[in-house]
Amino acid sequence: MLLVLFLVTLFTLLLVRLLPGGPIRALVGPRATVAQIAYYNQLYGFDQPIYVQYGKWVWQLLQGNFGYSVKLNQSVVSLIANKLPKTIILVALGLMVSLILGIPLGIYQAVRRYTVGDYVLTGISFLGYATPTFFFSLLLIQWFAIDIPLFPPFAPTGDTVAQVLSQPKALVLPVTAYAFLLYALWSRFMRSSVMDNLVQDYVRTARAKGASERRVLWGHIFRNSLISIVTLLGLSLPSLVAGAVFVEVVFNYPGMGLAFVTAAGNVDYQVLLGITVVTAVATVFGNLLADVGYAVLDPRVRYS
Amino acid sequence: MSMITPPPDPATVEVIQEAAQVDPGTLTAVEAAELGLTPAAKPRSMLRRGWEVFAENRLALTSVVLVVLIAGFCYIGPLIYHTNQVNTNLANYLCRPSAAHPLGCNDVGYDQLGRLMVGGQTSLEVGLAAAIVAVLIGTLYGALSGFIGGSVDSFMMRVVDAGLSLPYIMVIIILSVIFHPSTITMIFIIAVFYWLGVARLVRGETLTLRTREYVQAVKVLGGNRSRAITRHIVPNAIGTIIVQATFAVADSILILSGLGFLGYGIQAPATDWGSMLSNGVTYLQSADYWWLIYPPGIAIILTCIAFNFIGDALRDAFETRLQRR
Repeated sequence: MLLVLFLVTLFTLLLVRLLPGGPIRALVGPRATVAQIAYYNQLYGFDQPIYVQYGKWVWQLLQGNFGYSVKLNQSVVSLIANKLPKTIILVALGLMVSLILGIPLGIYQAVRRYTVGDYVLTGISFLGYATPTFFFSLLLIQWFAIDIPLFPPFAPTGDTVAQVLSQPKALVLPVTAYAFLLYALWSRFMRSSVMDNLVQDYVRTARAKGASERRVLWGHIFRNSLISIVTLLGLSLPSLVAGAVFVEVVFNYPGMGLAFVTAAGNVDYQVLLGITVVTAVATVFGNLLADVGYAVLDPRVRYS
Repeated sequence: MSMITPPPDPATVEVIQEAAQVDPGTLTAVEAAELGLTPAAKPRSMLRRGWEVFAENRLALTSVVLVVLIAGFCYIGPLIYHTNQVNTNLANYLCRPSAAHPLGCNDVGYDQLGRLMVGGQTSLEVGLAAAIVAVLIGTLYGALSGFIGGSVDSFMMRVVDAGLSLPYIMVIIILSVIFHPSTITMIFIIAVFYWLGVARLVRGETLTLRTREYVQAVKVLGGNRSRAITRHIVPNAIGTIIVQATFAVADSILILSGLGFLGYGIQAPATDWGSMLSNGVTYLQSADYWWLIYPPGIAIILTCIAFNFIGDALRDAFETRLQRR
């Protein structure tokens, strides 16, 4: 766990450090002289060996100092504190919608496998896998905001979480676009997981003991399949981030993903570093949480 | 599906050999059949059995045909349908589909149909090459890690865990800012993150394979590590590997298109379906320029669905426990 955290932060620093020209060149612009760059490099300690820089950087992180974005004239911490809650709203809503639809429909597909309903839903899931998120988002805007003006074509505006939540109509399209890919993931996984469980011995035992089909399905199979969904959830955190990036860019949703893409365009060194490291560390803890959840749901699993 | 003939049991083989020794040449096929001795059928290989299951899946076969057709369209198409995809021609600015330009032109006058072929070449090449690079690295890394075991395995897997915890889309964006985007760099940028998942899967497979008798036998017979990995473990994990590679092609095409949308993809005048699409969607809301949007969009979706179907069918084909025996 600690080793993974160490490697994650190290990879992030090395990766961002590879940006062309280094942080100072990105800051002072292409016309700065070599001497000026050397001066600032020394001032900010970028001329020190990488392990010294790494140590100092992690020490600052631990104290809650993520650096300062000169381009935005804002500290990275305040930027993240402002953007992260909005991304969490998008991710949480999208997750909820996709799980509520994906799990029952996946079970339905497994029970009624090789019927018309199964084929139609399979087709939809494969569409979800194969459509680029940005393309689907833009199609949603075209269809449901311009051709049929049901929803606004942009995400909620405003700076605070309350303002974002006060415009539920504007959240519909971003959340739908985001949930589509995830729906494909869950329903597909649920279908194969339930199909695997349907032929297990414990199901036969339950039926032999006279349990009703409903009880077999929801009391036994559903619970067992849910366990694997928790693991999948932990593993797909990076995909959740990726989906959020594209949806935020298309809808101009003021979250972390959009902030990151903007920072990449500006080569805003500290912001890139800060957002990447926060997301990566959150993923590590998310995986840990999934492991714990796995142990809670499945009494056979015990971590010593 | 035909029944799979079990390999002949040793006793039967002995009877056949004895019969042959007692009276060579006189035991005809008919006589052998009367004695209840059928000529032993050659046991079918795993690939062959896999192919039979695969061939039964009509959806997967259709997908293979579709991929072949798309590849033919992209590579043979330009030989028949000549267009200039290097020099812009503003006289053709957003021209509507006509006899001269069946799919119209884009905003700098490139012929859309010809561009769809050229862009498809890039998409397919990056998809295939990134998948191959990622799967090769991931397989070797995972097999080595699982086979060595112990603390080396543990460390090698923590590296993979850390890599998988990094938000890949952000890593890819940073890498695209660092390296000038071209077909070759795109292949490696996508492969850099994709090999991690493959490594984890192959390592899991290796852990179960390395305790098998035939792998132990290599050790007993004095075979070294690389022989055990390359000749025994990897061939037996090949099912998992090929399935992963198939999905990797679809995923790589999607990632490339996403990068194109963010502006970090293949740079003009070269193009890929994703860049074409993101170029087209700027006209999505202004007017009805369907030929800029739907052809590349449908091309991406069709190709990715086809590869996903093929991957699914391959998984069914290689999962021996799903095979009817």
